[in-house]
Amino acid sequence: MVNQSRMLEFSTKPAIVSTAIAAGPLEKQSVFHSYFDIIYEDERINQDTNEKGHAQFIEDTCTLAVRKAGLQKSDIDVLLSGDLINQMTPTNFAARELAIPFMGMFSACATSVSSLITASVMIESNLMEHVLFGSSSQHNAVERQFRYPIEYGAQKPPFGQWTVTAAGFGVLSHAQEDRPYVKSATIGKVIDCECTDPLDMGSAMAPAAFDTIQSHLQENKDEASYDLVITGDLGKTGFAILKELMKKSGVDSYPVKLFRDAGAEFYGNKSEFKSGASGAGCSASVFYGPIYGDILSKKLKKVLFVATGALLSPLSFQQGETIPCIAHAVEIWID
Amino acid sequence: MIVSTIIAFIVGGLICVIGQLLFDVAKLTPAHTLSLLVIVGSILDGFGLYEPFIDFAGAGATVPITSFGNSLTHGALQEAEKHGFIGVLTGMFEVTSSGISAAILFGVIGALIFKPKGNV
Amino acid sequence: MDAKSYQPIVDQIAPKRPVLRNCFAAFFVGGIFCAIGQIFSYLYMYFFNFTERTASNPTVATMVFIAMLLTGFGLYKKIGQFAGAGSAVPVTGFGNAVISAAIEHKSEGWVLGVGSNMFKLAGSVIVYGVFSAFVVALIKTILVKMGVIAW
Repeated sequence: MVNQSRMLEFSTKPAIVSTAIAAGPLEKQSVFHSYFDIIYEDERINQDTNEKGHAQFIEDTCTLAVRKAGLQKSDIDVLLSGDLINQMTPTNFAARELAIPFMGMFSACATSVSSLITASVMIESNLMEHVLFGSSSQHNAVERQFRYPIEYGAQKPPFGQWTVTAAGFGVLSHAQEDRPYVKSATIGKVIDCECTDPLDMGSAMAPAAFDTIQSHLQENKDEASYDLVITGDLGKTGFAILKELMKKSGVDSYPVKLFRDAGAEFYGNKSEFKSGASGAGCSASVFYGPIYGDILSKKLKKVLFVATGALLSPLSFQQGETIPCIAHAVEIWID
Repeated sequence: MIVSTIIAFIVGGLICVIGQLLFDVAKLTPAHTLSLLVIVGSILDGFGLYEPFIDFAGAGATVPITSFGNSLTHGALQEAEKHGFIGVLTGMFEVTSSGISAAILFGVIGALIFKPKGNV
Repeated sequence: MDAKSYQPIVDQIAPKRPVLRNCFAAFFVGGIFCAIGQIFSYLYMYFFNFTERTASNPTVATMVFIAMLLTGFGLYKKIGQFAGAGSAVPVTGFGNAVISAAIEHKSEGWVLGVGSNMFKLAGSVIVYGVFSAFVVALIKTILVKMGVIAW
């Protein structure tokens, strides 16, 4: 460890200069739908397969984020992104079309923040000028890979979650006035509390979120309070467990005005979505959509994004393994 | 006919309740549960109990997946009675073909006609 | 946070499966599938001269056909979410498992997709059905040949 501190601090204030969010037709039912830049009518974006559609909307969202930053694709030094599909092929194929230097990143549903943290390190090092970061998920492609064919009549339990079809991307550049910037970050460690049910991701991920939040808040407990600490996709179940863990350890007494979870809120209170939304696109679309918008308009000035991911595969579950999880945190300020 | 339909309803429903308990209480996956029920159907026919069960409950006994186990075992036993041990192998699919053939046939036809939709 | 002290927290907070409600739903829907099967059995017995024991063959095929329609039109998964085992245990559930996999994997082509993946979910039922039938029939045949029991 360089500084004896687990937290990374960014003194040059790498700024998120623009973001773009895209979502599928079902996501019109989201409480956040008015913040989405693109909402597609067809879940496959008029492509032959789910995976091709997935690649298409990644490409569309990246193109839009670059345009909103007032830049050309040739100005972007590197694209950092990933998705949940095997070998991240939708992102790989989108990167081929975008023709931007590309580094794939996998942190399951925590990729939205892991890509931003890495981008921040690259901008801070001054070796790069503009980095495109983000993540995405497509419901059909994820369901058939991790669980069942989508027309199969399996019964989701009440703690089950719905993978969103959404993408959230942003452009990170050197400090810019009036733009939210990355102040600090904590990279997560893999936490495994021996949960084994792949239909209950929230319970599996809550300890990882707790570990990262506790670590980051502990380092900052003498600072001014946070307006918001928001987790990625713990869902109603996982979020309730996180709150219990924080209460038991006293972390809930740290100066934070509000705790929220993107997955628990995404579809509102519609019961058919059970415990809420999940997927790499969930945290990305909410963090870089409505929450980014609130920071940009200065409604929120100090926010901690904590994206959570479950690091399992369909094979690991069949082989009787537990579900190890991770959570990455990034602190966003605006002056 | 009305009586037998009601009996089919009740018996079939009860077998499904057993399946639901295996899902919710024993926390088995659908694949494990159905495999278990098929084996149960097979064992019951070994004891000669499933055919009388069909006589009593009609479709309440033939529609649940347990009847697959029964048909496979019944075919094997019928052939074994006629031809000895080799009948155990040759007889199995004699009586069951309809369910599996139908599933394959309609699977291919379904794949020709339908496209999956990700609505909730 | 270690696993041993974490599990009680999960058990306390995670919503429980509504077992009683699920059992009622399973009973009701499973019963209806079987009742429909019974009606088809009668149709086959009276119009096509099947007997009570042989009517199960066309009945099962008809139920699988119904499963294809429900699966293809996206209705089976809604029934499945409501009924759980009530839709999985009848042979329509077997049909749904095969047909939903076939429909899903069309994107990988007819041979490697539809052909290879069709029995992804339902294969274990066939495998263990056959294996169990073999073991049971073998044991019974041995016992008969030994004179312990009669056919």
